[in-house]
Amino acid sequence: MVAAMTTDTQQPAARTPRTTPMAAPTVTATNATAKPTRIRLEHINAFYGQKQALFDVNLDIPDNTVTAFIGASGCGKSTLLRCLNRMNDTIPSARVEGAIRMDGTDINSPEIDPVQVRTRIGMVFQKPNPFPMSIYDNIAYGPRTHKLYGSKADLDELVEKSLRRAALWDEVKDRLNKSGLGLSGGQQQRLVIARTLAVSPAVILMDEPCSALDPIATAHIEALIDQLREHTCIVIVTHSMAQAARVSQRTAFFHMGKLIESGPTDQIFTMPKLDQTQDYITGRFG
Amino acid sequence: MKQLTAATRARYFRRQLVDRVMGGLCIAAAGVGLILLALILWMLFSNGLAGLTLDTFTKPMSQPGSGGGLANAIIGSLLQVGVGAMIGAPLGMMVGVYLSEVGKESRFASIVRFVNDILLSAPSVLIGLFVYQIAVLPFGGFSGVAGSIALALIAMPIVARTTEDILRLVPQAYRDGAIALGSRENEVVRKVVLPAAFGGILTGILLAVARIAGETAPLLFTSLGNDIWSTDMTQPMASLPMAIVRYSNTPYPEWVSLAWTGAMLITVGVLVLNIASRFSYAAVAGKQGG
Ligand SMILES: Nc1ncnc2c1ncn2[C@@H]1O[C@H](COP(=O)(O)OP(=O)(O)OP(=O)(O)O)[C@@H](O)[C@H]1O
Ligand SMILES: [Mg+2]
Repeated sequence: MVAAMTTDTQQPAARTPRTTPMAAPTVTATNATAKPTRIRLEHINAFYGQKQALFDVNLDIPDNTVTAFIGASGCGKSTLLRCLNRMNDTIPSARVEGAIRMDGTDINSPEIDPVQVRTRIGMVFQKPNPFPMSIYDNIAYGPRTHKLYGSKADLDELVEKSLRRAALWDEVKDRLNKSGLGLSGGQQQRLVIARTLAVSPAVILMDEPCSALDPIATAHIEALIDQLREHTCIVIVTHSMAQAARVSQRTAFFHMGKLIESGPTDQIFTMPKLDQTQDYITGRFG
Repeated sequence: MKQLTAATRARYFRRQLVDRVMGGLCIAAAGVGLILLALILWMLFSNGLAGLTLDTFTKPMSQPGSGGGLANAIIGSLLQVGVGAMIGAPLGMMVGVYLSEVGKESRFASIVRFVNDILLSAPSVLIGLFVYQIAVLPFGGFSGVAGSIALALIAMPIVARTTEDILRLVPQAYRDGAIALGSRENEVVRKVVLPAAFGGILTGILLAVARIAGETAPLLFTSLGNDIWSTDMTQPMASLPMAIVRYSNTPYPEWVSLAWTGAMLITVGVLVLNIASRFSYAAVAGKQGG
């Protein structure tokens, strides 16, 4: 199969010079200093009923780094992402085996309260999902739930700080009491990111956060992700190779529930160790 | 079109004819319905307005010829319907929340849903008899409380059903968002799902109130009716539907006229509730969307 593809006369250039960087994506990050590991995945197997969705995944996710999960539809990227904040607990048929170590504790162990995990690890979904309430109340939701503030002034400050960090403050500061549903798609996604930031998570998971957005809104979010990296560990699922190359410093490639290859993004995109990865990245994949 | 064969043309005309006949029948059916409704309302209002005076609202029922009103029946209806809704609506909401948010497709939830559907379609006279057994006989007499319980039992399944239906319309994305922020199940429901569904649930409650406001059969065996002014809910209590039953079957024109007035008052009340429920829904939906 691979041999046949190598001799494919339609796309001769992409395969041969493995050391040449791809034309389209410009790889921004150089990973000179490796960051300390934030989350360590050990032998993760995930099941939906009888069906196994993840097979023995082992992966270190470093802090202050954007890690991209890439791979074809149905390969288990979202499933793995949902393992990290125990969202799979909400699916009755789902079962996750293995250890997910964060600060020395296994957050996948049944003794750990998933609610605790989710306050440390935030999540942004594919479709922006602001609550049907005011912009202010959307941001204040997490702090109110977890009593993270003393006075009303504290909360005001926290709301402003979160909106500023999500680069949304200037656009909404005059309409904080208006519904969050009245914002554009891109603004809604930044609102949701601000809502997540308001509880100061150590890790933010993003499942295809730009797939419902136009290119300009996407550029906004990508710039934002790059800033957030300074204080958080970010894991992003994306179907766009260009986006993975633009925003991430590390990339993990999955295929049919298995982690095929992971490493610094520039290396994965320019000289992957495995043909399978190369084929997917260059778009010659099933 | 010029080249139509005879067969095609015949088929074409037949289809056109069928279309016209069916359309005409539909319009006629709608017309019959509208005319009947107009006749009922005209009869109701022309008869009802005749008996409507200030006394209707200020004086209780009394002997024919002594100028009584419907004040005790109006207040009795308000009290029994109000208390009935205050019992039935929260219970119904809790059942609806359980079905949509907790039990979901579980076996127990399916049983509850099935039983609720039976309650929903149970004849209201049966509910009256049931409450007669549990709240009239053991306490030695008819009472307003018993009437309220019967009305609550009718309102509860309606509210439960609408609550469940409305909650299921709340996007799963809201729940996921709240869970991902570290909310517990009850917080997700209280702080996100219920507020998002508030307008729809309120509409369901108002429609349930409108429904029980006109119920007669369940009151027949429970609060019975009362000719004198009374706001004591432990005693038999008057209500508009019971007053209509009592007054309309008499030879006294004055009473018959008051019965019409009572019927008109209920109809107007139900109409107002229906309109209010539309506005409440639009208002809440508008607030969330804008
Ligand atoms: N709730 C569920 N119940 C049963 N099977 C599921 C469920 N969610 C996902 N799966 C299955 O698990 C496998 C992995 O799905 P997952 O959503 O993790 O893939 P993905 O890589 O995120 O795909 P995509 O790129 O399309 O989002 C798929 O085969 C999918 O059908
Ligand atoms: Mg996915």
